[in-house]
Amino acid sequence: MNPPSSVQRRDDTLRSGAESSSVSFVVNGARHDVELDNRTTLLDALRERLKLTGTKKGCDHGQCGACTVSVNGERINACLTLAVMHDGDDILTIEGRAAADQLDPMQQAFIDHDAFQCGYCTPGQICSASAVLEEMQAGFPSHVTNDLTAPIEITDAEIRERMSGNLCRCGAYSNILKAITQVAKERA
Amino acid sequence: MDFNQPTEDNLFDRARIIGKPHARIDGILKVTGRAPYAYERHDVVANQKVGYPLCATIANGRVTHMDASAARGAPGVVSVVTTLEIEPLGRAKSNDARLFGGDVIEHYHQAIAVVVADTLEQARSATALIKVSYEEAPGVFDLEAAWERLQGTGEPLADVGDVDAAFAAAPVTVDEIYRTASQSHAMMEPHASIVDWSDGQQMTVWTSNQMIAWTHKALATTFNIEPDTIRLESPYVGGGFGGKLWLRADAVLAALGSRACGHPVKLALPRPMVFNNTTHRSGTIQRLRIAANAQGKITAFDHSAVSHTLPGGSGENPVNQTRTFYAAESRRVSHQAIDMNLPESADMRAPGEASGLAALEIAMDEMAEKLGMDPVEFRILNDTQVDPEDASKPFSERHFVECLRQGADAFGWEARNRTPGAMREGQWLIGHGMAGAYRGALTLNSGARVRLQGGRLIVETDMTDIGTGSYTIIAQTAAETMGLELADVEVRLGNSDYPVSSGSGGQFGAASATAGVYAACLALQALIAKRLNLDTPRFENRRVVADATDLALADILDGEELVAEDTMHFGDFQDSMQMGTFAAHFVEVAVHAHTGETRVRRMLAACDAGRILNPITARSQVLGGMTMGVGAALMEGLTADLERGFFVNHDLASYEVAVHADIPQQEIIFLDTADAASTPLKAKGVGELGICGVPAAVANAIYNATGVRLREYPMTLDRMIDQLPEVS
Repeated sequence: MNPPSSVQRRDDTLRSGAESSSVSFVVNGARHDVELDNRTTLLDALRERLKLTGTKKGCDHGQCGACTVSVNGERINACLTLAVMHDGDDILTIEGRAAADQLDPMQQAFIDHDAFQCGYCTPGQICSASAVLEEMQAGFPSHVTNDLTAPIEITDAEIRERMSGNLCRCGAYSNILKAITQVAKERA
Repeated sequence: MDFNQPTEDNLFDRARIIGKPHARIDGILKVTGRAPYAYERHDVVANQKVGYPLCATIANGRVTHMDASAARGAPGVVSVVTTLEIEPLGRAKSNDARLFGGDVIEHYHQAIAVVVADTLEQARSATALIKVSYEEAPGVFDLEAAWERLQGTGEPLADVGDVDAAFAAAPVTVDEIYRTASQSHAMMEPHASIVDWSDGQQMTVWTSNQMIAWTHKALATTFNIEPDTIRLESPYVGGGFGGKLWLRADAVLAALGSRACGHPVKLALPRPMVFNNTTHRSGTIQRLRIAANAQGKITAFDHSAVSHTLPGGSGENPVNQTRTFYAAESRRVSHQAIDMNLPESADMRAPGEASGLAALEIAMDEMAEKLGMDPVEFRILNDTQVDPEDASKPFSERHFVECLRQGADAFGWEARNRTPGAMREGQWLIGHGMAGAYRGALTLNSGARVRLQGGRLIVETDMTDIGTGSYTIIAQTAAETMGLELADVEVRLGNSDYPVSSGSGGQFGAASATAGVYAACLALQALIAKRLNLDTPRFENRRVVADATDLALADILDGEELVAEDTMHFGDFQDSMQMGTFAAHFVEVAVHAHTGETRVRRMLAACDAGRILNPITARSQVLGGMTMGVGAALMEGLTADLERGFFVNHDLASYEVAVHADIPQQEIIFLDTADAASTPLKAKGVGELGICGVPAAVANAIYNATGVRLREYPMTLDRMIDQLPEVS
């Protein structure tokens, strides 16, 4: 028998009136089993329960992108999703990118190009930046993609468009663009 | 150490480390998510509870009743403190409205309760159960009405020469009204604090704040407690831009909650409360008149303005730069900060100049056009090397003309569109615009302590790094002075146990704090010389060298820790001159011929800001200013509800800031003009220079593209679509 799906578990919770649920997910390769208030966002589960505070809370409303994490290989705003919806998911946060102080290429590129100032939006920018390159590679079009059938060309306009959900009030955008372009070139 | 005269030739003129590009030393912590911001300090104290604020929903009046019984009984709640339960707290000078206590409401979203619970979810849910009754009083919210009412009143801040005669005689004049919008700092990290005041005696505050010493003092005033019972830490600040200069409700509510429940309490302002609960830059209405002779020489300025403030505040004074930026025999400037019941207005990046130059530099463009002059040449013609109000006061260094010339060359200004509305690429109208920028170069006394431990140097100062690069330039300064390498230096910032520094604000931080670190390093050198009995030793290659002595710093005195502390005091001699930073901004825009959508295609800034301590971090500061300037030009504006007296667009979806897609290629040129009168490092600030003038450069480029002269910010398409030229 299959384990109950997350939808079924939610229904069970609603019927039972329980205010908390147990949830299991893998974060940065490590499995966590936690009992959580159903109202807890994935962001607060990461920051407050797992104490992985690298993922930032800028607005808690999906308006700034500081909380961007990768869930099952896709970037999402961790503030816009409840932790109990992620049973069985595989989550990657900024803490999972550098192995034993060996920065990943995007982190290194951000340092090389001074692609941050205060640093608060940076983990979200780095997570989005990595995802943006993968999304283009996978052929996901954006608002500025002209030919929906051709392979997507990595242009400044494509990167800027796809990064526009990640605000940086320090205004490091043009340096972030350089960092992402460096990684894209290294990969090509 | 006293800085009583311009510095002579010194080690920074032959620098190994200062002035060279060094990546941020805090970079690794930031790209790995390990830099600890205020709300994230799980490690500093156990049993932290979570606070959530309740904010007033009237702009003016009083709270008549609060029923918090349901909240107190809600799951997980450990304490509720309402404003009616405690006496009004003290009000620090830096706060116009009281932060908590008593029944008086001075502005919308003023904090009126804090709920403390085991978790955020519980605290937030319980806060919604509090019932509040108000007695609402009428308020004044309309700056436009105040402007009408105040015409012809107010005392000028300066009235030099005979302005009226100059205008009567001038063959060419400009007389227009400009409007800038109220703006929010919108730093990415909201105001947040963890406070441990659980015993009601010793208070420890882990917060996000630009000015440790000011806020330390403000806490003592607010709670009427001895300063030495308070300790404050703010090692990482997720952006400030002036919004975190002051003590705000996050720390106050966390402190009250902590005292009430006997545990440490952490509290972050929810983003939708940041805009009305904390401070913002006031909007302005400005009338600018310029008179010139037929040759293009300006003969008079007349600049008057209003902004809004809560009683006791100073609003946004946009006329100051008009007193000293350009030559002219006559000038009159006046500003009235109008008492209004909107949320508290205060400093935001380049307070005054950001708004003033947004108007002045459009007016200069309008005047250049009336004169038939190139706007670059018009500004060069009207440059001054002395204070126009007092010719005995020279500028210490002023290279505005070089900024204009080098910027124009690098931008390709000669090849610009010269006829408004005449350059078209497909559906886009292309335009070029420029503006001048000017921001004062203030210095504030600044202290530091240095510890030599073996060959390692630790710098401690209450200076903050709000993204500005303080960690890095302080390490560079210490390494340079002590003959060490950058990796030998550890920098500890943002702690009230450390010597008082300038703090971060008013673009005085980099210049002042590095001077303070230099003073402390010289004190350490003197201490080493004394202990080793050396006469004027040199510090180089990690060694101390004198006649017969040549010792590694790691080995002296058997590695005993040596500690020295000093403060750089800036002398009055700086008052005998004008000290400033200057820039010329050049912008290319494309305006959609049918919709009026504006896209900035290219930006360039040429900056005169003293010695550049680190071209990487300084460049990022200017980039950031230019980006915020694009926001001010095209999208940023807090919209007041004129009935209810609050800013309606109080989140990051409705208060729009520039995003990746809005920002084009940006180029920055530093003239690297060492200013010996400023500091021993001959440095000045750049953090605010970058935003100055940018909105006007965009406005002038839009005019050049379309022929539509906009004088109200932000320059959204609805303001021009009915004026766009006919297109085929």
